[in-house]
Amino acid sequence: MTMGAVTTGAVTTGELSRYQDPMTIQRVLLGARTIAVVGLSGNALRASNFVGFYLQRHGYRVIPVNPRESEVLGRRCYGSLLEVPDKVDIVNVFRAPSALPEIATQAVAIGAGSLWTQFGVINEEGARIAHQAGLAVIIDRCIKVEHARYVGRMHWLGFNTDRITSVRGGLQ
Amino acid sequence: MEQPRRFGFDTRQLHAGQRPDPNTGARAVPIFQTTSYVFEDPEAAAAYFNLQEYGNTYSRIMNPTVAALEERTASLENGCGAVAFASGLAAQAAALFTLLEPGDHVVSSAALYGGTVNQFKHVLRKLSVELTWVDPDDISAWKSAIRGNTKAFFGETIGNPGGNVLDIEAIAGVAHEAGLPLLVDNTFATPYLCRPIDWGADVVLHSVTKFLGGHGTSIGGIVVDSGKFNWSNGRFPVVAAASPAYHGLQFHETFGMYGYLMKLRAETLRDLGACMSPFNAFLLLQGIETLSLRMSRHVDNAGAVARYLESHPLASRVTYPGLGASRYRSIADKYLQRGAGAVFSFDILGGRAAGQEFIRALTLWSHLANVGDAKSLVIHPASTTHRQLSEPELAAAGIGPGTIRLSVGLENVDDLLWDLDQGFSRVRTSLPAERVQ
Repeated sequence: MTMGAVTTGAVTTGELSRYQDPMTIQRVLLGARTIAVVGLSGNALRASNFVGFYLQRHGYRVIPVNPRESEVLGRRCYGSLLEVPDKVDIVNVFRAPSALPEIATQAVAIGAGSLWTQFGVINEEGARIAHQAGLAVIIDRCIKVEHARYVGRMHWLGFNTDRITSVRGGLQ
Repeated sequence: MEQPRRFGFDTRQLHAGQRPDPNTGARAVPIFQTTSYVFEDPEAAAAYFNLQEYGNTYSRIMNPTVAALEERTASLENGCGAVAFASGLAAQAAALFTLLEPGDHVVSSAALYGGTVNQFKHVLRKLSVELTWVDPDDISAWKSAIRGNTKAFFGETIGNPGGNVLDIEAIAGVAHEAGLPLLVDNTFATPYLCRPIDWGADVVLHSVTKFLGGHGTSIGGIVVDSGKFNWSNGRFPVVAAASPAYHGLQFHETFGMYGYLMKLRAETLRDLGACMSPFNAFLLLQGIETLSLRMSRHVDNAGAVARYLESHPLASRVTYPGLGASRYRSIADKYLQRGAGAVFSFDILGGRAAGQEFIRALTLWSHLANVGDAKSLVIHPASTTHRQLSEPELAAAGIGPGTIRLSVGLENVDDLLWDLDQGFSRVRTSLPAERVQ
């Protein structure tokens, strides 16, 4: 994942924003239990590994999808989404933008609930395939950051969560 | 589920960064006066130290009260986050330290606060970092100062005390063309008057001590990041490559738009140690809650004082950028639409001796080395804040022997003008008659 790089694909910021809806983000995060992470690296210093580790810590069932690994974060790793035997709530993508249409097609085929791509993984065709099949689609957002924004402790490190509320929340 | 809403500035200065405490329901921000935090279990502790999870470990690196100040300031500046420091100078040193290596080069405006001039001139040299001063108004000078090893541009939104207004958009354009970040000290404007990130600045710095805190109670500094600069453009391996100071972590790849701030906190703040105290953060937060209200009164009073001085026979060179006669008026109209701040200088007829007599006669303005207090402040820079500067450096910063710097407070403006009258009366009687005419 190259987060600072200019991303490929023809989606402009305006079109992208409909795939970054805060209500959809919250609904997807709160409703999910199983997350297939496509491109999850076994290298503990890679961003995908940070995210997978974080999601596991917060109670999600993480299913690694990566043909180059056999086991990541203590879980069996699958070569493609089509091999995953379980029901998948979120397909989370750490791959080059050009790989997204195929991943989206597979996400539709296995009946996944949503497609969520990380920073820079922007591909209009891929987003459209998932959207037209009825999946919730979130593009160019980090699932760890969004979880920490709404559920977790992102504010403890001085990051701007853009959240304002005077409602007393639960334990954090 | 929370409905998204873009809340207004005044709402955010009260609420951003702090929700009711989940444990106690406390509405005011609690002062978490603790050095350290109990871990849930060994796995949690490891995850916090590995930065795999957002968690509190030790108050030199993070603290919930300080975090409320950080998020609030980031929100007001339209940044992605912030890291607070023990002082404005500590924040500035840390912001640069995070992106510089020995042999690098910085291009800076020459019209800066004297403390910053000292820091750049001496501390950067000790770190083997080269420096080029430029006239901030000369856009081509910024461009021609760029070298192969240049890593940053630096300037102040409103120069201290010369009142230069930085053409942020133009200078950011030059910086970005060369793949460089623009760092802007926004202390004098505050995010209420100007948000440099909206004009293309990449990193914004504050002495929170000044208008943000606003009451002269606490020293503090902060670094706000826009999150928009591409640290992976090949010029910044110090941010983007595997870090030897954090077991090979690649901060920009791993944390994306938050990478610079993560490195600033997890390495620079950790290692240099100039953390803000939770109590100071609490006091500074109380100030920020009324920032917009105070700043509008500050600029009203400053405008009135500047106009009074502009027409006074014993005053010249009033540097308030909001005056019609200021050379910065048009640029101030662009960047400082709500007012041109409340700190400026003027030259008193009679030079150094007259300046000292003037200050001696004042009874309401406080003679001290600070700005941005609710109370009005006055100082003679050539003999105090800018004392270490050579004559050419003083001239470059717009300071003469008779320059008086004012920080206009929130008192009744008639009382402020009455006191300035006392000062001018004293000068008039002490000067030889022919000088006054």
